[in-house]
Amino acid sequence: MSAPAHSPTEFHPRWYRERVSTYWWMGSWRYLKFILRELSCVAVAWSVGMTLFLLRALLRGPDAYAHFMHRMQAPGMIGLNLIAFTFLLLHTVTWFNLAPRAIPVRFGGRRVPEFMVAAPNYVAWVVASVVVGWFILRKP
Amino acid sequence: MSKPSNEGFFWLLFSAGGVVAALLIPVHAFLFGVAFPLGWIQPPTYEKLLVLVQSPLAKLYLLVLCSLPLFHWAHRFRFTLYDGLQVKHLNEVIFAFCYGGALLGTVAGLYLVVKL
Repeated sequence: MSAPAHSPTEFHPRWYRERVSTYWWMGSWRYLKFILRELSCVAVAWSVGMTLFLLRALLRGPDAYAHFMHRMQAPGMIGLNLIAFTFLLLHTVTWFNLAPRAIPVRFGGRRVPEFMVAAPNYVAWVVASVVVGWFILRKP
Repeated sequence: MSKPSNEGFFWLLFSAGGVVAALLIPVHAFLFGVAFPLGWIQPPTYEKLLVLVQSPLAKLYLLVLCSLPLFHWAHRFRFTLYDGLQVKHLNEVIFAFCYGGALLGTVAGLYLVVKL
């Protein structure tokens, strides 16, 4: 029977592990960028929450919709949504730029440059945004 | 031998949600969070928006928009808490909070699009 790897025994002394600070990600810009990218998911959840509240207002009627739109105009709300939007852009850019790393495309024996793999993502993003924007903004 | 895990399934949800979030959420957040509140663009009227969200295709779209990105959040937030705050011992609590929240949002989205 073997003991779990982390528990010390007579012939297996305790592992030496240096304690990592909780704030390890504040040490360098690379780590901080990583954590900011990971935290962009909070902005994603926040925006989905906003959309759910918008749908609830639409379900409840014109007054609820007007109330919702009014609430969104509060300075604090605009501030939070501006921060959220910045993080959403960070998510989009980092997500698209990951694609060429995840799928190294080769053509004619050569590796296709990363920006050419990422570019279609950006085209799709612009097209999707224009289509969604058109549906929301078009005049009846 | 390691026991089979569900991580692959959760990672798939994370990945699909990441794509939806990257492609579609910025335009929604920009319009309803920034452009309409600041008066840059005239927001749609209640009647127009209601007609729009009542079409079956829009309902399907909204359901995808309000579910997959939440599972993206759940996965990423879980590991950010594990790594960033080093709270792996709270594994079960964090797992329940993240995926419970994502599930709750999905159910709320389903309820709303069905009722609308």
